[in-house]
Parts: sequence; C-alpha cells; structure tokens
Amino acid sequence: MGKGWWGVADLSINFAGIRSPNPFWLASAPPANSGAQIHRAFEAGWGGAVWKTIGAPVLNVSNRYGAWHYGGQKMLAINNVELISDRPFETNLREIAEVKRAWPDRAVIVSAMVESKPDTWHDIIRRIQDTGADGIELNYGCPHGMSERGMGSAVGQVPEYCEQITRWVMEVAKIPVIVKLTPNISDITVPARAAAAAGANALSLINTINSIVGVDLDSLEITPNIGGKGGHGGYAGPAVKPIALNMLAALGRDSVVAGSRLPISGMGGISDWRDAAEFLLLGASSLQVCTAVMHYGFRIIEDLCDGLSNWMDEKGFASIADVAGKSLARVSDFNNFDLSFRAVARIDQEKCVRCNLCYVACNDTAHQCIDLIAKDGSIVAPYGHDERVNGRVVVETRPRVQVREVDCVGCRLCFNVCPVEGCIAMVEEPSGRAAVTWGQITQREPAVTEDWQAMEKYRAKMGIEIH
Amino acid sequence: MTPPEYERSNGGLTELLPPLTKHEALVEATRCLMCYDAPCTQACPTHIDIPQFIKKIYTGNLRGSARTILESNLLGATCARVCPVQELCEGACVLGAEHKPIAIGRLQRHAMDYAYAQGGRMFPVAPASGFAVAVIGAGPAGLSCAGELAKRGHSVTVFERRELGGGLSTYGIIALREPVEVALAEVAMIERMGVKVERGADAASFSLADLQARFAAVFLSVGLGATPELAIPGEDLVEDGLEYIEKSKVGGEKLRIGRNVVVIGAGNTAIDCATIAKRLGAERVTMVYRRTEHEMTAYPHEYEFIKREGVGFEFLAQPARVYAESGAVSALECVRMRLGAKDNSGRAAPEPIEGSAFVIPADQIVKAIGQKKPALAELWKLKTERGFIQVSEEFETSVPGVFAGGDCVRARGAASTVMAVQDGKLAARAIGERLVGSG
Repeated sequence: MGKGWWGVADLSINFAGIRSPNPFWLASAPPANSGAQIHRAFEAGWGGAVWKTIGAPVLNVSNRYGAWHYGGQKMLAINNVELISDRPFETNLREIAEVKRAWPDRAVIVSAMVESKPDTWHDIIRRIQDTGADGIELNYGCPHGMSERGMGSAVGQVPEYCEQITRWVMEVAKIPVIVKLTPNISDITVPARAAAAAGANALSLINTINSIVGVDLDSLEITPNIGGKGGHGGYAGPAVKPIALNMLAALGRDSVVAGSRLPISGMGGISDWRDAAEFLLLGASSLQVCTAVMHYGFRIIEDLCDGLSNWMDEKGFASIADVAGKSLARVSDFNNFDLSFRAVARIDQEKCVRCNLCYVACNDTAHQCIDLIAKDGSIVAPYGHDERVNGRVVVETRPRVQVREVDCVGCRLCFNVCPVEGCIAMVEEPSGRAAVTWGQITQREPAVTEDWQAMEKYRAKMGIEIH
Repeated sequence: MTPPEYERSNGGLTELLPPLTKHEALVEATRCLMCYDAPCTQACPTHIDIPQFIKKIYTGNLRGSARTILESNLLGATCARVCPVQELCEGACVLGAEHKPIAIGRLQRHAMDYAYAQGGRMFPVAPASGFAVAVIGAGPAGLSCAGELAKRGHSVTVFERRELGGGLSTYGIIALREPVEVALAEVAMIERMGVKVERGADAASFSLADLQARFAAVFLSVGLGATPELAIPGEDLVEDGLEYIEKSKVGGEKLRIGRNVVVIGAGNTAIDCATIAKRLGAERVTMVYRRTEHEMTAYPHEYEFIKREGVGFEFLAQPARVYAESGAVSALECVRMRLGAKDNSGRAAPEPIEGSAFVIPADQIVKAIGQKKPALAELWKLKTERGFIQVSEEFETSVPGVFAGGDCVRARGAASTVMAVQDGKLAARAIGERLVGSG
C-alpha cells in the first residue's frame, strides 16, 4: 500500500480529509456488509471501505442478483434488487467502531439512507460519527426497493430533495460528507450542483443503473425470477464503465461543479488498474469497486495497486493527485472537434490472419473501402473459390485485405473488429485542409450548417469529397 | 440384424474422443472468430459453412447448427468423426498459427449428436419430380447422392450388396473412430428422406441396359475391391485388413486377435488394423512397410497416434514368405529394401537389398495394402483411368446417363469419406440438372 508496494509512486490519498493508503475502497455494497468482511478486505490490502448503507429497516428477497454474460465472459454486468443493510442497526454501528479501532490507517466511510425527515437524518449522522468513522456517504442513488419508498434515487433524481437533505446532514456533520449520485437522470450535473450548493464535502458516482437483465426463454419469466416475478434492478459491472466515465467527465467539465472543487470518488465498472487509471485521468481522486470483487474476491486489490503503481512509475506520476483529472482537458464535444483531422486504416499484412472480419464489417456496414486482393494483384469478390479445391492449402491462395486509403473515411470500425493485436492501425494522414471546427463554421459561415446547397459549395471549395 | 443388435458390438471399442460437454462446446464455439468467407469452409471438401454452424452452437440453436452442416454434407455425423481435420478445416483455421485451431470436428459432432438424439428428422420428403434414379452402393458417395437427389424430389433406389448400408463407414472404419450405430443412423436418416435402400442387391448381377431402362439416371458408388494379393508363398494364411476391421465392428464372425501380430502396409487401414490388434489384446504389433515413414500414406496425426499406441515398425521391409507350423502362421520373412529413384507415383521406389532376408515371428499377419480397382467397370464396359472409373467434370462416365463418384473414381488425390460425400453431392446436382434442365 502506498510506498509499501513495489513501485515508487505514492498511492496514498487525502480525499476531502479522509486519508487512505491507496485510492481503492470497497463500494457500499454486499462486499462491505459486515465487520468480518471488511477486516478481511483490509488484510488483503484495500485502502478503505464504504460500509453497506445503513438506515431504514428492510426485508430482502431471494434471487436478488441477476447477471449478464456475453461471449463466454461471465458477469459482464450484474443486476441486483438487494436493499440496504438488513443486519440489525446496532450491530452495524458496533462493528463499524470495531473495524475503525482495528484499522486506524484505513478509510472507514459509512453509507446512510433514511426517511426524508430532518430529525431522522440528524440522528443517524450523529450515531455514525460516534463510531469513529472517517466519513459519511449519502446514498441518493439506490434505484430499486428504496426508491419506491421515497429514498435513494427518488432523492437523487430531484435536485431540490438532494439539496434539502444534504443541508440537514451538514447541520450536524463533523466528518466529511460525500453525496453519491444516481445515473438514472438525464443531466448528472444538476444534482451535483445541488449537493455542492448544500455544502457537501465530496461527490461520488455512479450508483447502479436501472435495468432488466433478461427474460428466461424457457419459463418466459423475468431473470432473475423472484417467485414468478421480476423487475428493475441496479445494473453495475464492466459494461457500465463507459457510462460512468462520461458522467464523471461531465462533472469535471461543468463550471459550477468543477468550480466548487469538490473531490470526486469514481466508480462504475472498475475491474482492474487500467479502469482505475482511466477514472483518475477523468477527475476521480478516490475509487470504489464492487462487481469485480463480487466476481473474484478481495484478492484483486493486489493487482489494482501493483498495476496502477507500475503504470504511474512508467508515466512518471509521483502521486494520485498528479494523475487526477489529467485527461479532463481532452474531453470536449463534437462542436470543437477538428473536421480536418484525418486518419485512415492501415493493415499490417504480416500480422493479418485473413479472417476477413474487417472486410465484411467495412463492406456491409461501413464505407466499402477494403478490398480483397488476389495473389496476382487483382481485386476479387468473396466466396470466389473453386468448390472442387479443398484442403488446408487453400490458405495459400486466400486473398489479402487492403484498405483503399483514398476512400477510407477513418471510421475505425475495422480497427475495432480486428481480432489481432496491433494488426490494424489508424494512421494520421494530412488532409491538406486547415483545422476547422463545426463551431467555427457555424460562426463564420452559418449558411453552410443550415442549407445543403451552401454545404455542397463549401465542400467543393474545401476539396471535401464524400463517396 | 437390426441396429440395436449392433450397438453393443463394435468389438468392445468405444470412441476415442468423448463427446464435448455442453459447456466445453460453448467455450470452444466462443473462441471461433467467425471469419468471413472462412478458410475452414474453403478447406472442407463439402464446404460446410463452419463459422455459421459454430455460431449457432454458441447461440444454443443446435437444431439450426445441424441443419447448416447437413445442407452441405448429409453425412455430417460420419465426417465429424473420420475426417482428417488436421489436413482440412482445422488445418486452415486462422487460429492455428499462433494458438490452437478451433476443434471443428468435435463441434460438428456435438451438433450432429444432438440432431440424431432428437430423431434425425432434418429434411422433409420433397414433392415428387417424377424421375427415378438408381444408386449402386450405399456408402458415403451413394448415400450423399441419394439424399441430395431426394431433396430435389427424385425417386431414388439404392442397391446395396451388403446386409447393412453405410459402406466403409459401417464396415471399414474402426469403432474407435466411428461406431456402427453412427453410420446406420445416417442410412436411416437418408431413408426417411424418401430414399429406398435395397440390401443384399449385388449390382454385378444386373445388366446396365436393364438399369438404364428402369431409371432415368444411374449413379455408381461402388467403392473399391478387396485387398490385392501380396503374391508370396503362404499368402492364404494372411488375413485381409478390411475383413479384420469388419469383424471387429459387426462381429458376424468373431475376430481372433493374435498375440504377436504383423500388419503389412502403412496406410489408413493398416493403422486401423494395428490399432484394433493392440487395443484388443495383442502383446506385440509390428507394422511392416517397404518404404519409410516419409512415404507412408497414413496421415502424420495417424502415425503419431499409432506410435503412442505402442506399435512397432519395420520400415524398408518387403514381405517375402509366410511361415507356418501345423497350419498356423509362425513368422513372416522379409527382405530389407533401400530407396531408389522416384517412381511414377512421385515417391522413391524401394529396391531389395540382396541377401538381406530376415524373419519376424508372428502368429497373425494382416495385410492392408490398398484395394483392388472396381470390377464393375470392366463388367459394364466403362472407360477407366488407371483402373478407376473415368468420369467427366460432371461425374458422368463414358456411358451417357451413368454417373460415378467416391473411391471408385478417385484416380487422383486421397480417397476419403468427405471427398466421396462431395462427389455424391456434385453428381446429384449434375444429374438433377440433366433431368429437369438447369436451375
């Protein structure tokens, strides 16, 4: 942990005053359900844990976790209808205190969720503080079970509630308060601004996404089947990462949220140190993990820290703070992209295994600029082989795939479908045109953006040819 | 005998490779890249759309997967087991170079096993075209041709000399690779498509003119003949390799296995005979071949397999005489050979070394040195090419309206089940076009 690991990079963090030896915390979820589990997680090396949400009384059901498997990969995503902690409230408080006493150097944060009444919130905040915990996370995100009772995402989806409850909490809070946001909203910056306005100390995102994980084709029941019924549950795991990264970046780019300088704890599909580094680069300064732990156990912390540390050493990053937000300035939108930037696909014939996946993808669904070239250099059609020829020697006469660069629009589909590492490269080619963005064209020549005839003229003038 | 009576036969041998479990099949199917215009499909002599059938295994559409296979190859269950996949589909797999090629043969067996377990009803009986076609021989080429013609609505009668259909799949491929019931299930499937199979009907007793009068077209798929003579003293004590395999499978006459067995030859059948002898109790099995391991016609994977079975080799050894004691084989005398100039098969011709005779003790000698050319060609006055029935690109013989395919026309290239299936398919197409006009 921190400098204790192999590398020289300092992995320790100070997140809104909460210190931990590395940026990895167990997210508020089943892995952080009890003192015994968190003890073991800390023994494995986790930097902190956000205790599974305590608060309102609940009862759970069976078959509470569904999963989406794809292409032989188990649990590309998990979906759950498990509620907040169903363990006795007092037991949780006692164990929180025990864990914190045993592990003074680790971050122990307690997630809380109660009815929307000021007294109830005041009470739970005071009782959490009495345990010696390092921080509090307000669960405004849970999209199932609790939301139907006016809690969780029912709060996170209404900025006014979000702000009001946060104010109640801040009235009594003596330790850092993190507001956890729900992704089940069209603009994540709105509740984030509300939390900032109410004086929260930090933000975290994303909570789970509303989802139905599937339908059983034998029984026609919803998956998972809960006594013949099923319904929306919270979606998490590797599949949600791109959504989480987008929302994280949206906070970093919002002038009000960014201006508030609230640190952000990032989560949503972090499975390995690569994911972790990406969250850091887009502005997170602490990281939470759940699904990957539910899949493989606490032991994954070893590579999370080791891999991140080695990468930081290679890149020359001395601390987590050095990494945090480093790529945020690169995030923009279509309006600001250089329309003159040109990249074309180039296929490394040495590496190519002749699977033709790029060919069919380009030809059927993209821009028809990959050719099959026979040994004699001629362009040939697929499925042109002689049906009387067979045997493994056919590989020797198999045509090669080649990009007609002049027609390649640089869509990058071939690059994405190629199964061979490093076989297709997107190569930057000068377009011969000065850099210009859609925003600039809109400003300088608005007619081009509104009228097809003006657009055609502009293209002719600029030498832009669409095949 | 009915199929169930054979089920426990197979000489006590079971298939070498276990079926893939559902999970294994799924994992293997997931590895397939699903190449477009895939090399495995090109390499398959019947050009099965392999990525498609594998994708269907992955999606759980096993019925559709079997259908994809059978559309190109009606004997998909046999081919899944006996094809030299290393030389064909799997040998062309793009994952072969750096990883392990997809186990296409075993995946195909997975889909076919499912289809047959469901009753093997894959094709409905087609509306009748009014044309009748005779097929001579119910081996792979004949069954393939018959089934393909039946799909087009032609009335097909298959005349099979033997008691069981299936040809070499039933009688000539060891149970380790293909149990009898697999071949018989395929015959039954072809019959359910509307094909009539007349068993015990020897075409040698028919006149071609008579057949041509009764049928609009004739397809010959008679395979090859018995094992040729060694022409050495004591040959009458040498057992025939194909009969050796047959007895091990359908057990009409109980197979006797010697303690010290010599197998003469180094082709696919010789390998199979040596395997049977070794697996069914021989203490020592020696394969005798007049050339070296580089010239042997068995596939490299077969050679590797038989070495692991613990079979010994005498290369550059030509049988010269069989010794007997009280009417039983006691030894084989051989002459040592050396390789000389290339002969017209392109292989180095073995030449005897004078005074090099040596004796291999043996109590059983089996010969598997190829098969005689089809006798029917001469009988029916068909033109031949190096003894094989000569056919056109359309698989038509020198007699118009009489077509042929399978091992009996294989003047060039390696004879194999899958090639025979393709012959039958292409011939059926040619016959169909001839009967009803193209299209």
